[in-house]
Amino acid sequence: MKIVLRNLKLVHPLQNFDDEMKDILIVDGVIEKIGSLTKQETDNAKELDFTGKVAAPGFFDMHVHLREPGREDEETVVTGCDASAAGGFTGIACMPNTEPAIDSAEVIELIKKKAKGHLVDVYPIAAATVNRKGEVISPMAELHEAGAVGFSDDGAPIKTASIVKRALEYSKMYNLPIIEHCEEETLAGGAMNESINSTLLGLTPIPSVAEDLIVMRDIMLAEYTGRKVHIAHISTKNAVELVRQAKHKGLNVTAEVTPHHFTLTDDSLKTYDTNYKMNPPLRTRADVDAILEGLKDGTIDCIASDHAPHSIEEKEAEFEYAPNGIIGLETQIGIAMTELYHKKILPFQIIVEKFAINPRKILNLMVPLFQKGEKANLTILDPDEIWTVDISKFRSKSINSPFDKRLLTGKSVAVVNNRKMFYKNEMMEI
Amino acid sequence: MPLSSRHLLGLQGVPKEDIQLILDTATTFREVLERPVKKVPTLQGKTIVNLFYENSTRTRISFELAQKRLSADTVNFSVSTSSVSKGETFKDTIRNIEAMKVDMVVVRHAAAGTPLYLTKLCDANIINAGDGIHEHPTQALLDIYSIHEKLGRLAGLKVCIVGDVAHSRVALSNIFGLKTMGAEVSVCGPSTMIPRQIEELGVKVYYNIDEAIQANDVLNVLRIQLERKAREYFPSLREYSNYFGITEERLEKNGKDVLILHPGPINRGVEISSGVADGNRQIILQQVTNGVAVRMAVLYLLGTMN
Repeated sequence: MKIVLRNLKLVHPLQNFDDEMKDILIVDGVIEKIGSLTKQETDNAKELDFTGKVAAPGFFDMHVHLREPGREDEETVVTGCDASAAGGFTGIACMPNTEPAIDSAEVIELIKKKAKGHLVDVYPIAAATVNRKGEVISPMAELHEAGAVGFSDDGAPIKTASIVKRALEYSKMYNLPIIEHCEEETLAGGAMNESINSTLLGLTPIPSVAEDLIVMRDIMLAEYTGRKVHIAHISTKNAVELVRQAKHKGLNVTAEVTPHHFTLTDDSLKTYDTNYKMNPPLRTRADVDAILEGLKDGTIDCIASDHAPHSIEEKEAEFEYAPNGIIGLETQIGIAMTELYHKKILPFQIIVEKFAINPRKILNLMVPLFQKGEKANLTILDPDEIWTVDISKFRSKSINSPFDKRLLTGKSVAVVNNRKMFYKNEMMEI
Repeated sequence: MPLSSRHLLGLQGVPKEDIQLILDTATTFREVLERPVKKVPTLQGKTIVNLFYENSTRTRISFELAQKRLSADTVNFSVSTSSVSKGETFKDTIRNIEAMKVDMVVVRHAAAGTPLYLTKLCDANIINAGDGIHEHPTQALLDIYSIHEKLGRLAGLKVCIVGDVAHSRVALSNIFGLKTMGAEVSVCGPSTMIPRQIEELGVKVYYNIDEAIQANDVLNVLRIQLERKAREYFPSLREYSNYFGITEERLEKNGKDVLILHPGPINRGVEISSGVADGNRQIILQQVTNGVAVRMAVLYLLGTMN
């Protein structure tokens, strides 16, 4: 089947395109031609006009909780993929804190089977230790062979320095990163960031130093072992500075940030709305400012949602008893465009890098290119579309978002991948 | 003039006029409590639920007595919080209670913010009887009432809250209420029990109890919660009582006629010595009596608003 995407501006950080609008001819899911097309070339082709829109390599979210297996009432592989496509993503990496955890080839096979045939590619991140218990490293060889792209005990840190060291050394054989949820557990366990707000709200505090300590531990172990460590959902000023110093030293340390951590502060908790409860918790203005600085100078490599679906019943509880986490797949492009692009923190090209290029580099995945013969894998955005978040329209099975009714500028309007296109709320075969 | 809110969730942000109105109304009810027949028909026909998710015999009895003396119909609903993850959710419990057509809910809960959450789930007037380590407004109001009753003023008074400020709902409510009424508030306790950035609330911090005694007119001595994790915040009870316990010797040494309050129940020999607890500087039992009057005032003012 032939499809022509007309009048797109192309932005690809690894390729050079001018600002001229171009047409893309895709035949059976593969890019046939980019530029101006002859009448003959577009014979019998389905035509879509995208004047004013921008095409970028398909966006990739490297931090998603799909909840399958175990909590299919909150999200499944398929609903998570649907939400990803609706939110502008063609690829995701899913975290291993499922029930059972992704610590065997069987669970990876199950997820791959469920995701098969979807527009969105799903890359499992396997547990770093058996059942995420922090005692014995997971069967990394088998997990790598089955398709794991990284190792993490996300939801919790890898418990001890000795296990982190061993996991780093063992995973060296496959050059896969260890992705760390940084939280020193003896200091953690509270309901919100420790600040004047935790005193005023009477909520048990989580000090920011709990994050800093594990970031520091893992950076030192990355240096000692000469291995790759990726810091998940960075949230503190000091952690940003630690990663910056590690990069200056030339260490193989990378970091991601969630849209909520560069947008919201713990001032939002004054209503005790459990949709502002997440781990790491929302921090202070000084932390948000440091994160924005880290995004600008490249200390923070990518943006990821930490999409964490929870049932309404669980979130509709007393604040201290509600689970941590919010969903983000369908809001994060809008938030990044509003908070980073339109507020002139980052140019569009850098936003594409942080969503499409860097996460794939960290996980050793190929970056889709815009050239003849390449599989068409792209995200089409309208940088200026003004829209209002409406949780009732989410494709995700869950609605735990603090951004409901928020006015955003910038939106994904279509995604293309695996011979499929999601456009105007519809999944099409192309 | 009515109160500015139909709920009492805490004292943060409550205007001075409201606190004054509650104190003045409590004075009226305080007189009622001295009569042979201690009952008025003010809240006849009103239904109040005492929803206690955490054990508290004293506060519950105080509220219950206040309600009975106002002729309200009261129901006690005590729930164990140990099984939060099982059984009926909090929201369903509240919906059930609301379906029984209650006018007011007095709530005690281990999780901070629950009273505010309740206001979103039902139409009744909500009174916070203590939420986690957040606020306990009626306790602070009765403390403030008792201080005023004894010393005749609040503005310019120097009041120090002594003990585990970080894990105390009484402390936070006292800080807000007392400051609103013009008192100078300070805190004193082991530094592990003083919240970070507490100075941002306009509160002076003492780590030396003798200095605190010398500098203040009133000490509100908090209970060391022996049953809570609080004990991990200082090395031993012996060290606590040696360095922060209020004893007669310590009061004598500092030669100051300081007024002693304690929200009870007291741990004799820990935060307060028996000599002080039974001595002539304390007003611990007057606080208990005033508690009923203050709670009558709050119930009356909220219950007759709508």
